[in-house]
Amino acid sequence: MTNLPRTQHIVASGLVAAVGVWVAWLSFTGEPARAFLFPRIISVAFVALAVWTFGKALLGKTKVGPGLGRIATLNILPGIVVMLIYVFWAAQTLGFYTASTIAFFILLSLYDPAPHDAARTWVKRVLITAGFLAVMYGLFALLLGVFTPREILF
Amino acid sequence: MEFLFYFGDVFTQFNFMLLLIGTIGGLILGATPGLSPTMAVALLIPFTFKLDATQGLILLGAAYTSTVAGGAVSAILLKIPGAPANIATTLDGHTMAKNGQGARALQLSFISSAIGGVFGVLLLIFLTPVLAEWALAFGPSHLFWLAILGVTVIGSLDSSSVVKGLLSGCIGLWLATIGFDDVMGAQRFIFHSSVSGGINIIPALIGLFAIPQVITMFAKGRHQHDAEVLKVEKSPIMDSIREVFRRSRALSIGTLTGSFVGLIPGVGGQIAGLVAYDQARKTSPEQKKFGTGHSEGVIAAESANNAMVGPSLVPLLTLSIPGSPTAAVLLGGLLIHGIFPGSDLFENYPDVAWTFINSMLIGQILMCVFGLYVAGLAARVAQVPNAVMAAVVLALAVFGSYSVQNSMGDVYIMAALGTGMYFLERFGFSAAPLVLGLILGPIAEANFVQGAMIANATSSMGSYFFTGALNLTLIGIVVASIAYSVWMELRQRRYLSKEDTLEREEQVT
Repeated sequence: MTNLPRTQHIVASGLVAAVGVWVAWLSFTGEPARAFLFPRIISVAFVALAVWTFGKALLGKTKVGPGLGRIATLNILPGIVVMLIYVFWAAQTLGFYTASTIAFFILLSLYDPAPHDAARTWVKRVLITAGFLAVMYGLFALLLGVFTPREILF
Repeated sequence: MEFLFYFGDVFTQFNFMLLLIGTIGGLILGATPGLSPTMAVALLIPFTFKLDATQGLILLGAAYTSTVAGGAVSAILLKIPGAPANIATTLDGHTMAKNGQGARALQLSFISSAIGGVFGVLLLIFLTPVLAEWALAFGPSHLFWLAILGVTVIGSLDSSSVVKGLLSGCIGLWLATIGFDDVMGAQRFIFHSSVSGGINIIPALIGLFAIPQVITMFAKGRHQHDAEVLKVEKSPIMDSIREVFRRSRALSIGTLTGSFVGLIPGVGGQIAGLVAYDQARKTSPEQKKFGTGHSEGVIAAESANNAMVGPSLVPLLTLSIPGSPTAAVLLGGLLIHGIFPGSDLFENYPDVAWTFINSMLIGQILMCVFGLYVAGLAARVAQVPNAVMAAVVLALAVFGSYSVQNSMGDVYIMAALGTGMYFLERFGFSAAPLVLGLILGPIAEANFVQGAMIANATSSMGSYFFTGALNLTLIGIVVASIAYSVWMELRQRRYLSKEDTLEREEQVT
């Protein structure tokens, strides 16, 4: 195992162990005690397993999971940023369908392997986005009558 | 024979149409690499809100059945298994296709899937009522241990690390306690208004299964599917039917192995397919032909992964303990329609339960018929670039999560859990035990609290939860499943370190 995944394993299992300790602390200090009886039992198992995993990571004995490579991290970063902006801000601020159209188009453009300097590929991306969102609008808004936040355009 | 009374309900115009949509849609979804049956069913749940319980379950059941079979299309024509259950199919199926026998491989796969699937559903029909009656004897302590059993079995068997699997189960159990507790009405772990009502299972399922897949597609970057779809030539279907029955040994090994594996909670289609393939190879007089495009390999693997579907629902319908991640998603579908499966399911909702089961029986046959026609199209769909697939799945996940309760809070939960799960998966944690913990948590807690009250009134907690034949049997199974998984992990590790040493020695010499 190289040093990088080992450090990553230590950080990841350390975070899980920290959450476990926090859950246990909240469970054992929460009132009324009866409401926290079950969480207390779970949190004991949670902490025990999390500390065990953390200990193994410290000793460099965690061999499961590939960790995060540099290229994969760089690849996922723009996608995650678009996804989080879409979910936590745009969907409600711009309206569901407007935000979905923009997010869909950006993601498609970011990750589409087709060349970005040819006009044809951009037309294709616009058509795919429009087609998919038209289907979604027809299905959710018109057929199933699902209410969605609507701010700008539709 | 009560199921026969409800057979006609499957053939009402609307129900049958849903069965067709679920079957054809499932075949296409199944053939798409990256869309597992669990994720496909989770994404379909929001589409069932407008339907009644029976109709919703027909759609979900048909999708479950045909996604497992549909995965064989890309396994055979592209050498990319549509789902983990189809890994064993690639071994001989793709070689057959490369040898110019793609159509034959597809026909063998769908025919054997249908035979295995029908057998599995028949097992579900005849076993479920018997077990449901037996389940009436279960008290709170037994149901508590059963819920723990569900989490630990999946935690220990479905993960590459037993400790991390069990830890995932614990995280799921904890997430299930967020919100108000049922007895005192006290607030627990509410750190954001989105979770004040607890974590709704459907957005959680969508997030945990769909979002890690979306991010995995991001991780591949601007990568194009470069696998070539092999051409499907014409092949007489009667020859394939004859071939399946001529290879009855492989067919029965696949069907029986799949059915047995399906009954064990936590052991999914992947194991069913691989074990059946291995057994068929070991017992075959033509052992050497395996891996070179041998029809027995396809028949054994595909009959096994579909035979697993019916039995995997037995623990769900009788004890409300989902035996597999996909069964857990189906449980979410049942709960959203106000149906709580368990020992009294067949008394309270016989029409829903039997129509659902019957539709799965008919679905197996439809899957076979349409599979042969849709295979070519499905293989083309499997070539959709990652960029399109990631954007489509993300949009569906957001729409689906919102539509559960028209709440942005559910969308936040979906995205947060999904993103967190992606990172956890990179470090060996698994979504399945976490989901099981989330689903079984309320069952475990309700029965634990009820048991504690009974224990306070009658005996001590220790004697109530830790004595009695049934309690001890269940505890024994919990311990045995964990011990078995630890033993398997240690054995695998020893094998890997031995290989590592040999490699180093070779390098030195």
